Amino acid sequence: MKPKSKTDQNTLLIAGGRVIDPSSGIDRDMDVLLLDGRVAELAAPGVLKASARETLDAKGCIVAPGFIDLHVHLREPGQSHKETIATGTAAGAAGGFTAVCAMPNTSPVNDSVEITRWMQAPEREAVVRLFPIAAATVGSQGEKLTNFAALRKAGAVAVSDDGKPILDDDLMRDALRTAAKLKIAVVQHAEDSRVTAGCSMNLGPTSFRLGLRGMPNSAESDIVRRDIALAKQTGAHIHVAHISTAEAMEAVRQAKKAGIRATAEVTPHHFTLIDENIGEYDTHYKMNPPLRSLADRQAMITGIADGTIDAIATDHAPHAFHEKQVEFERAAMGIIGLETALPIATTVLYHHFKLPMWRIVELLSSGPARIFGLDGLGTLAPGAHADVTIFDPEKKWTYDASQSRSKSRNTPYDGWSFTGKIAATIVAGKIVYKG
Amino acid sequence: MKPNARSLLGTEQLSVPEIEAILKLARRMDPKSAPQLLRGKRVVLLFYEPSTRTRTSFEFAAKALGATTTLITNTSSSIEKGESLIDTGWTVTSLGADVIVMRHPNSGAPYLLSRFIPVPVINAGDGLHEHPSQALLDALTITNHKKTLKGLRVVIVGDVFHSRVARANAHLLSKCGAEVIFCGPPDLVPDLSATIAPAVIACHDLDAALQDADVVMSLRIQKERLAGRQISLEGYISRFQITPQRMKLAKPDAIVMHPGPIVRGLELANEVADGPQSCVHEQVANGVKTRMAILATVLKAAQ
Repeated sequence: MKPKSKTDQNTLLIAGGRVIDPSSGIDRDMDVLLLDGRVAELAAPGVLKASARETLDAKGCIVAPGFIDLHVHLREPGQSHKETIATGTAAGAAGGFTAVCAMPNTSPVNDSVEITRWMQAPEREAVVRLFPIAAATVGSQGEKLTNFAALRKAGAVAVSDDGKPILDDDLMRDALRTAAKLKIAVVQHAEDSRVTAGCSMNLGPTSFRLGLRGMPNSAESDIVRRDIALAKQTGAHIHVAHISTAEAMEAVRQAKKAGIRATAEVTPHHFTLIDENIGEYDTHYKMNPPLRSLADRQAMITGIADGTIDAIATDHAPHAFHEKQVEFERAAMGIIGLETALPIATTVLYHHFKLPMWRIVELLSSGPARIFGLDGLGTLAPGAHADVTIFDPEKKWTYDASQSRSKSRNTPYDGWSFTGKIAATIVAGKIVYKG
Repeated sequence: MKPNARSLLGTEQLSVPEIEAILKLARRMDPKSAPQLLRGKRVVLLFYEPSTRTRTSFEFAAKALGATTTLITNTSSSIEKGESLIDTGWTVTSLGADVIVMRHPNSGAPYLLSRFIPVPVINAGDGLHEHPSQALLDALTITNHKKTLKGLRVVIVGDVFHSRVARANAHLLSKCGAEVIFCGPPDLVPDLSATIAPAVIACHDLDAALQDADVVMSLRIQKERLAGRQISLEGYISRFQITPQRMKLAKPDAIVMHPGPIVRGLELANEVADGPQSCVHEQVANGVKTRMAILATVLKAAQ
């Protein structure tokens, strides 16, 4: 094959930005040259100018490895009135995500090679990379393990019964053992659903006042502790989805100190909002795990700052109007989150809590890539996939949910002002979103 | 979207002057010869849960003021066919309702309705949350016997966790300067309950709670809710039933109240329920007067 020249059609130069690449420790002004879907070269500003056909001006912006969201619900197959793979990934692109990992609680549940492949087929018209997470048990019924090896081969990057926690100790141990052999993580939605039946929010003064049954913190932390013990026993990798309580955070912190392979993701809403924000039964603040107390929210910030947290994940959960605008206890759980993740991270973590920008970039790129072993993603090292997210950390703007690329509008952030905005999203060297 | 300002959704949102104005109007109301303030008005009673006294009381109150009433229940309407609350609200509004009085098993349902429809909503009990007309009629009853709510010691005994009456009363009494003591077993009176409003205390010892009480308010115990709890039915009766002996711990002029329906032999000893300190019948009578005042206030504000 004839080697392609750097001046052909497949080059893109990102010039004038500040490159933050946690995987290689880079944080300085650099230009980035993309060639044939790969990162070709990083160089001091101006050096690469002549070699590219197309140049993207990144002045005033941060140039980061493409963001990866470990936890989204794209609702296909089966619930396309809420979202499709095409609309969900378009929202992902607008949020700076170059890859999203789709949870298996579709209809039918993604517990098969067929559905795993169907989701990745070109006909789905995904705008960014899509990695399925397959169900850990058949139908997510918590009875019989799925065929992890076949699902892995078909493209699944992890297994999970998200939304339906695996409570049975023996089954969870089996899942971890099997996953360990394949070097994939078991992702657990940690909730002891035996004690949370009928609950629609966090247990605390607000739940008592509103007359809503509340989920205690222990319903999460008891399962996290159990899972960590099983991960220790089996040498497997447990990944705690959407961690929300101070007690679970402490359990993960201690597990890491003890050398156990435990990782954790946190959602923007759990480090931003608290249960009191429900106000007068606003269902846009109803999600599972629920928004917790101020102390728990503070524990999320501490966990982000001290390294206990490995990734920010959105738990993007689209629902139609008629599924949300009903009695609070009957309303569907969850909010959309792909387009607001970066602006919340910059506004809350960087501008308010003064956390370093590289840490935010790490939690959105190299952190999640490491958890699911996504080679060549989450990094700008030469040879890596040319997935790049460019954002302006100082840009002030107001979110208008009616303009969302998602099919759904269930967000508490409509009309919120943010500081920090996605400027461009590049997947495999192609610009898929420009803000 | 703010809830409809003319609605009565809970005592939590009422100011002390608003409470006083409703009570003042209620004292003047006579169901037998009332001014026809609501002539030509249509009051819809939207009941998603069974109710005897609240429903009848609102119906009598509306009729006494000259309004017409229509009862819609979840078992004899489109609600049964799966119509959403918002759609039902719009249907009722389009039919010409001037006010909707709603009882609903889900906490917060009246907030949802009032956010979406333009007519005022009166909360006639929502889930475990609030029952503002009950708290107002209780306040009317108390002030018929005591000069003021300020400084009173009110003991609310029973299943506080599941009680919208307890929550509505706690907000109202706390705002008006009374001290509220929630009393019952820890399962039914969690320590969290004391956080609901200032000057509210949670207590698990009835004898201690009753010391110097001005008002003893007993709540209904649903036997099935004691199932699986730490306390047995017998245990509850021996520790938390209001008996003549226990009433001696309260002030001599203390009154006894109960929102009904009373489970005989459980919450109150018969001697107390039917005794001279009992105000339970007066409460029911005050219910009509209070609801007349509420309807008049809400519809006047809506004009």
